[in-house]
Amino acid sequence: MWKWLHSYADPERAYKLSGTLLPWFSILAILLVGTGSIWGLLFAPTDYQQGDSYRIIFIHVPAASMSMAAYMGMATASFIGLVWQIKSADWAAAAIAPIGAVITFIALLTGAAWGKPMWGTWWVWDARLTSELVLLFLYLGVISLYASFEDKVLAARAAGILAIVGVINIPIIKYSVDWWSSLHQPSTIKITEKSTMSSDMLYPLLINIVGFGMMIGAITLVRYRTEILARNGMRPWVRELATAEEAK
Amino acid sequence: MNPRRKKRLTLAVALIAGVAAVASLLLYALNSNLNLFYTPYEITHGKNDTGVMPEVGQRIRVGGMVTVGSMKRDPNSLHVEFAVHDSAGGEIIVTFDDLLPDLFREGQGIVAQGVLVESGKLEATEVLAKHDENYMPPEVAEAMGQKHEKPEYSEKQAEGYKY
Repeated sequence: MWKWLHSYADPERAYKLSGTLLPWFSILAILLVGTGSIWGLLFAPTDYQQGDSYRIIFIHVPAASMSMAAYMGMATASFIGLVWQIKSADWAAAAIAPIGAVITFIALLTGAAWGKPMWGTWWVWDARLTSELVLLFLYLGVISLYASFEDKVLAARAAGILAIVGVINIPIIKYSVDWWSSLHQPSTIKITEKSTMSSDMLYPLLINIVGFGMMIGAITLVRYRTEILARNGMRPWVRELATAEEAK
Repeated sequence: MNPRRKKRLTLAVALIAGVAAVASLLLYALNSNLNLFYTPYEITHGKNDTGVMPEVGQRIRVGGMVTVGSMKRDPNSLHVEFAVHDSAGGEIIVTFDDLLPDLFREGQGIVAQGVLVESGKLEATEVLAKHDENYMPPEVAEAMGQKHEKPEYSEKQAEGYKY
């Protein structure tokens, strides 16, 4: 049943597939992030108590939710790489890690910028903020573990184990605001019940969340392709590609 | 699935399950320590799960709603005094000598950090506004009977306070 999927474990096919997917992800990312941001920042109504300051939500929430989604993507790739020993999956995990770290950093930064005028402080050690900071450290750990071994098979295994162990942090981030008392408010967007946000604010936010996902996908594909090339430099198909590129 | 893959899969799943078990035990043990603040009820009656009561002179955080109609402001300084209550029926008095955050108002959720000077009275050094998860345009809020006004300061009150 999974035979067709296995064929994409071949680096050359994975490289070509990500090449075909890349423009789609890029176009969708530009369209969605563009629409969501312009709608959210310029046309969505102001909030009754936070005024215009709440608009940072259109960057903060997509960055924060995608930082967790990217982590799940990375951990899944690591899991596949670890169990089925598929190198292409390991490379995918290595490609996502720095993007996830940056997006987590953006979430923390916009959160601090939002917290100062609204709460009255840049930072507070409550459960939500602290667990999101731990997520950043997990990403940094995965990146440095992958970078610190000369042998990339070994490096991917070490980084992969850390990535899989770190998955435990994701539900902690998600439910931290429900399990413990925190300064951070509970989630606005709810899957099972009505979201506590008026719809002309909610739509641009949702568009931006999907757009951020597409953007992370697109950047991951770019990094994934270079990672494949870097790990397969000695293979004939890469050499052919290089000479073809040079002839142009 | 060949035996080697099966073994690795078992190992990986065991690793995840083990870490999840350790983490949940750890979080369960730490549970009450992970809360950012005491609720007013917990200050006077002790924590819900452990019964630990903060002592007078201890530095703590308290979180709850500002009681409507409880705010007293000194006309000549920034000194304010207000009551914070929670749904369990606890209430404590908070005093504060600095600028309040913009979101502060009666009925708003806040987190105040300070020293418990006597049972039921907190001298705050920091007051943070805790906003809720509801977002709506001002017209809708008005229709629902919710309004927000920033705390305003007279010139006399703001005297001596430099930005």
